[in-house]
Amino acid sequence: MTAPALVDFDEVVERFDPMLGLEVHVELNTNTKMFCGCPTTFGAEPNTQVCPTCLGLPGSLPVVNRTAVESAIRIGLALNCEIAPWGRFARKNYFYPDMPKNFQTSQYDEPIAVNGYLDVLLDDGTTVRVEIERAHMEEDTGKSLHVGGATGRIHGAEYSLLDYNRAGVPLIEIVTKMIPGTRERAPEVARAYVTALRDLLRALGVSDVRMDQGSMRCDVNLSLSPRDSGILGTRSETKNVNSLRSVERAVRYEMTRQAGVLLAGEPVVQETRHFEEAGGSTRAGRRKETAEDYRYFPEPDLVPIAPPAEWVEELRGTLPEPPWERRRRLQAEWSLTDEELRDLVNAGALDLIEATVAAGAPAGEARSWWVAYLAQQANSRGVELAGLEITPAQVARVIALVASGSLNNKLARQVVDGVLAGEGSPDDVVAARGLAVVSDEGALVAAVDEALAAQPDVAEKIRGGKVQAAGAIVGAVMKATKGQADAKRVRELIIERVGA
Amino acid sequence: MSADPVTPGGDTGITRDEVAHLARLSRLAVTDAELDVFAGQLEVILSAVSRVGEVAADDIPPTSHAVPLQNVFRPDELRPGLTQEQALACAPAAEDGRFRVPQILGEEA
Repeated sequence: MTAPALVDFDEVVERFDPMLGLEVHVELNTNTKMFCGCPTTFGAEPNTQVCPTCLGLPGSLPVVNRTAVESAIRIGLALNCEIAPWGRFARKNYFYPDMPKNFQTSQYDEPIAVNGYLDVLLDDGTTVRVEIERAHMEEDTGKSLHVGGATGRIHGAEYSLLDYNRAGVPLIEIVTKMIPGTRERAPEVARAYVTALRDLLRALGVSDVRMDQGSMRCDVNLSLSPRDSGILGTRSETKNVNSLRSVERAVRYEMTRQAGVLLAGEPVVQETRHFEEAGGSTRAGRRKETAEDYRYFPEPDLVPIAPPAEWVEELRGTLPEPPWERRRRLQAEWSLTDEELRDLVNAGALDLIEATVAAGAPAGEARSWWVAYLAQQANSRGVELAGLEITPAQVARVIALVASGSLNNKLARQVVDGVLAGEGSPDDVVAARGLAVVSDEGALVAAVDEALAAQPDVAEKIRGGKVQAAGAIVGAVMKATKGQADAKRVRELIIERVGA
Repeated sequence: MSADPVTPGGDTGITRDEVAHLARLSRLAVTDAELDVFAGQLEVILSAVSRVGEVAADDIPPTSHAVPLQNVFRPDELRPGLTQEQALACAPAAEDGRFRVPQILGEEA
């Protein structure tokens, strides 16, 4: 069966209203799993972070991780949700081998947090309020490796291999209500929401929020209604959307695909689809099972959770300054334009600059180091800014050494290079590489005189009023001093010595 | 919970179709003849259990747990688990430190 052709995005928007819903799963960064004391570290040897409980062995009993519940409540509060005064876990029964228990312990109709919202800032400065339906606690599943078959996918595989290190890692699922009225901005709104949520979770310190490692994952629900009809369309749920860019692409693709189906007079099938990173498209997966098929029932092995009001209020007191308010504050403090601020945010430089300023550097200098020289270094090394082997405190120290006249900018960059190369602190590098501005005035004067004597024609030009010609002499002096002179002082000395 | 496939509390009249649905979810192969047998048997079991409903008064809330406890938590502290060898010791098949399971058909992981 060939699928109907995709419809041009502008035409989709002209004829249909997209209805958007987003489900985000986030792995908590607790030390241990949701219901047992196994570690949660990413990347360990397979099946080395398991115990009878997360392997579902007979006789084992789960016990809830208190810190995970606290994180769930803090997430709920940060999303302006009501915290349920009482709720139970439920068993979600299904038949994949990715949970050895044959069920996933989740929350069903009694989620810990409900009815919140997140205000999301778009690129042009408008704000869209995304309503949160619920946030609930559950556990992650194991990882399957499908062997045989060409694609590494489940279809065509001869058998599968299971690693249960991830099975039982605390997971929070955050579900939005349908977001209406986004029109042509649906892809942008989806991306902006996931970005804002990621920043919020990072500020809360509850998760690594690494989409590339799967500690944050997004499912995109999308349906189309004929424009202004108010009739709800059938939705698809696209999984495997593993980057912010993919969130945007998946929404856009589903809009153009579903419009094609509808305009061909066919019904949109309610199904799970998988996002294909390479082509930016989605492919059909399994047909959506109805809620009854999971045969949810209350988990008898776990007692209800009834967070006392005092506990919730205590946790409310631990909420950080929300990222968007922090940005507004820093923008004012550092006198940034909207565009400058956005560039810093996108470069992941905000935290680093703030920490550098906290370590005593002026904001302008701190910003300039991180967005210019250090950004280049990160880029050429293929790492994130935060992944550079230099701390904000070390950057602040380099800035202080320049301010005190011990280093010029060129030497300062060499000091940074040394730190990045693992040669120790800025002071270690200065000492080991012998990097310091020549402050011996006599030595500088001698170097200037020597350079002037070597280029008498240039000296004559300067004397004749062509001050810009001094550059050649400055260059010669810098070379003679191996770059360790203060260029500004050298220039002053040249003018003095030629007697211009 | 609202999702129980069968609601206790009276003559449930479980049908062959419901038995077939449950069998499919449980990955059990059930013959046509067995559907009738099991429908009858499940009917008896459910009506026996549903007699509880006859004594439940309005002032008795439904119970999901046998013990009157709530908020039982564990500190977020590591506890020793199993080694890979121990974990795989009872596995019918293993490969590369992982549990090996037969082909999973019909559904996407």
